[in-house]
Amino acid sequence: MINYFKEIILGLRTLAIGMRITFVRMFHHRVTLDYPHKTVTMTPRFRGHVILKVADAKPKCIVCMACQRACPSGCIKLDGEKREGAARKSLTSYTLNFTTCSLCGLCVESCAFDALEFSKKYNLTSMHKEDYQAIDLLQQAGGGK
Amino acid sequence: MSTDAQAIHHESFIVNLGPQHPATHGVLRIKLTMDGEYILDAEPIIGYGHRMHEKMGENRAYAKFLPNTGRMDYVAALFNGHGYVCAVERLAGLTVPERAEYIRVITCELNRVASHLLWLGAFLVDLGGFTPLLYCFDDREKILDLLESVTGARLTFCYFRFGGVCNDIDDTFVNGTRDFVKLLRSRMPLYHDFVSTNIIFRKRCEGIGLLSADTCRRYGATGPVLRGSGVAYDVRKQEPYSIYPKLDFKIPVYPECDCMARYRVRVDEIVESLRIIEQALDQLPAGPVMAPKVPKILKPAKGDCYFNVESARGSFGIRIVSDGSENAYRLKLRSPCFSNMSLFQEASRGMLLADALALLGSLDLVIPDMDR
Amino acid sequence: MYSLGDIVRLLLYLVGLIGFGAFNAAYLSLLERKQSAWMQLRRGPTEVGPWGLIQPVADGLKLLSKQILLPRDVNVPLFLLAPIMVVVPAIVSLVTIPFSETLVAHRYNLGLLMIFSFGAINIFALLIAGWASANKYASIGAVRVVAQNIAYEVPMLLVVIALVMVTSSFDLVEIVKQQGGGCWHWNLLKLGANPMMPASFLIFFICMLAETNRAPFDMVEAESELIAGAFTEYSGMGFGLFFIAEYVNILIGCSLATILFLGGWDCPFGLFPGPHWFLIKMYALCFTVVWVRWSFPRTQFYGLLNLSWKILIPLALVNLLLTAVMLKLVP
Repeated sequence: MINYFKEIILGLRTLAIGMRITFVRMFHHRVTLDYPHKTVTMTPRFRGHVILKVADAKPKCIVCMACQRACPSGCIKLDGEKREGAARKSLTSYTLNFTTCSLCGLCVESCAFDALEFSKKYNLTSMHKEDYQAIDLLQQAGGGK
Repeated sequence: MSTDAQAIHHESFIVNLGPQHPATHGVLRIKLTMDGEYILDAEPIIGYGHRMHEKMGENRAYAKFLPNTGRMDYVAALFNGHGYVCAVERLAGLTVPERAEYIRVITCELNRVASHLLWLGAFLVDLGGFTPLLYCFDDREKILDLLESVTGARLTFCYFRFGGVCNDIDDTFVNGTRDFVKLLRSRMPLYHDFVSTNIIFRKRCEGIGLLSADTCRRYGATGPVLRGSGVAYDVRKQEPYSIYPKLDFKIPVYPECDCMARYRVRVDEIVESLRIIEQALDQLPAGPVMAPKVPKILKPAKGDCYFNVESARGSFGIRIVSDGSENAYRLKLRSPCFSNMSLFQEASRGMLLADALALLGSLDLVIPDMDR
Repeated sequence: MYSLGDIVRLLLYLVGLIGFGAFNAAYLSLLERKQSAWMQLRRGPTEVGPWGLIQPVADGLKLLSKQILLPRDVNVPLFLLAPIMVVVPAIVSLVTIPFSETLVAHRYNLGLLMIFSFGAINIFALLIAGWASANKYASIGAVRVVAQNIAYEVPMLLVVIALVMVTSSFDLVEIVKQQGGGCWHWNLLKLGANPMMPASFLIFFICMLAETNRAPFDMVEAESELIAGAFTEYSGMGFGLFFIAEYVNILIGCSLATILFLGGWDCPFGLFPGPHWFLIKMYALCFTVVWVRWSFPRTQFYGLLNLSWKILIPLALVNLLLTAVMLKLVP
């Protein structure tokens, strides 16, 4: 009999503690970020999709194809040509199939010439698959002419 | 009830729990044969999230499989990567710098805490309480922020490399982690008051979902499920790897075999993981984080290797058979969730639907890990 | 009989009450969302209108614009009848609720009894909804609701009987009038009539939560077990009506608790009694209902029945006995 009442009282007490915890939290600071109005800045190491690094208005890429080989999903396609008078090959096209890219960052690691970096953009959505099937990174980096 | 299933067969009906059901956290389908609210039989049907990870590991170079490891058990992604890199390193005979080992353990334990916090919240949602989930997420976000600052991703980390880790940690991370450890310790009484002692929660967990140590052994269940049944089996102690032998930590074991025991094991593991993190941060040596001269295209010698790590859900094993080429000849993944889920059919027989879902929740299943 | 003025007055009250019910259903849902958000360190709806105040309108428009799907195997007449059956008694019950001594649509000397009898229709409607849906989750939810409501009707009525013995009236206005003149006159603190009054208020409140199928007793819905329980197959306004009825039932439950135990429109300090006090007390109770929901996990089904048959009913019986003895002893 005593245990019966003891259980009721103890049970009610734990419930009261639970309600106190939620009540107190009503006056805490909010942790929500008002997303469309405020955004977070991405950390320096954030892995977005890759973009080409530019030096002297030209992509630093020397078309060694290491990134294309390193990509597990086969989503990087690039091409280059040896122009006359140039010391090394220059890029003619660099496309990224963002629909299959898994943002693993192996391409950036494979690059021995520091020609790739991560984009900090993360709001990448579209109603059309075609928009991201072939992102022209060369154009984004300012053309290759 | 269940023993006489044949006689009352005409009264039973079949309910498909899933593949889209709020209690299954993913695409798990359970075919329930029920008599009223009592479960006569529960047949788990898996494979809705099957992505052929094993085969993918066999037809691509070793390094290209690294991103896949984060996609199996995405709640505790670092453990899969840890198992994989350790197995390949053993095959290829690579040695890992000590600092990298410490970083691996620190990040893995952070990941374990994050995983257990997510489980705690999700388990309470299974039981119908929503608020703890949000408190857990509040804490878990801080871990993800820390891990994002070193790995660059919040969920599919892909951080470990053969011979080390891809980024070194800096003082900001070290100090942030120390602060977080203190913060989470101060939050543990909240979870204790709000969840562990709550009378409704206790009534729903104590004595519910009994799994004997023998059942766990027969189905190969590991991790908190096994430790909640009174067996002190933890790969970190039983087959120590990495720097775990140098660290002082306990393996929480509860012999009650019920949902509450499994809950207690996980909550205690959070505390133990925090201790491990603190010790590892104290002992963190300086030095490189990557072994010198790791070939770009790895071709391990012919051989066969099985490596076991203690993931947040149990023992995650990976077997690699190398034929000397740049692809693995065979890659086998032992997922802890698969074994833990298998015992559900036997254990849930004769249970009430709501109790069975508490049991299902307490097993901590991540469906893509099960399907691979 | 009724004069024209009476009829016009009654019609105006009826329109007003339907408006009151609908408005409260809408804004209690907003309160629920906002309050749960505050408790969980979130913000809740903020985008529609200032502080999200127009959110219920947006929700309502969304529900109205949705198609009411009729799954293949449903029993169509019953399937469509159930939402109506659940919402009409809820609105009708509001008729006898006195907001103040004069602000009552129809003063009825059996008002208390009427509210309970209309409240019983609710169970029936949910059972029909679950059965007509031809869905296994819905059926389980419907069966649960019957067991649960029968179990909780008993202690609730036992408590109310004890209270009626003290007040010796079923008239809600009369019950409140007896409690006038400050909080020490309220039934909650009328320890001279029955020392168990605070406990019986607690029993009444718990039963009210169970009767309105609110968490932690939301067995009908139990979304982690039964998806949406009896409402699984309902879409659009069919679901919307269940939603409205749930909140109107909370409103009625809280109003009843206010009238029976907290002195209705009476001021706690004996100053300026009026409908504002009624509303303050009622909304404080509504707040508590929401507060309870977001603090606890759901009870197990047999735990819920155990609570009723092993704890609440014995206590309510003791309460009844004690009241009778006290009435005999203390003239």
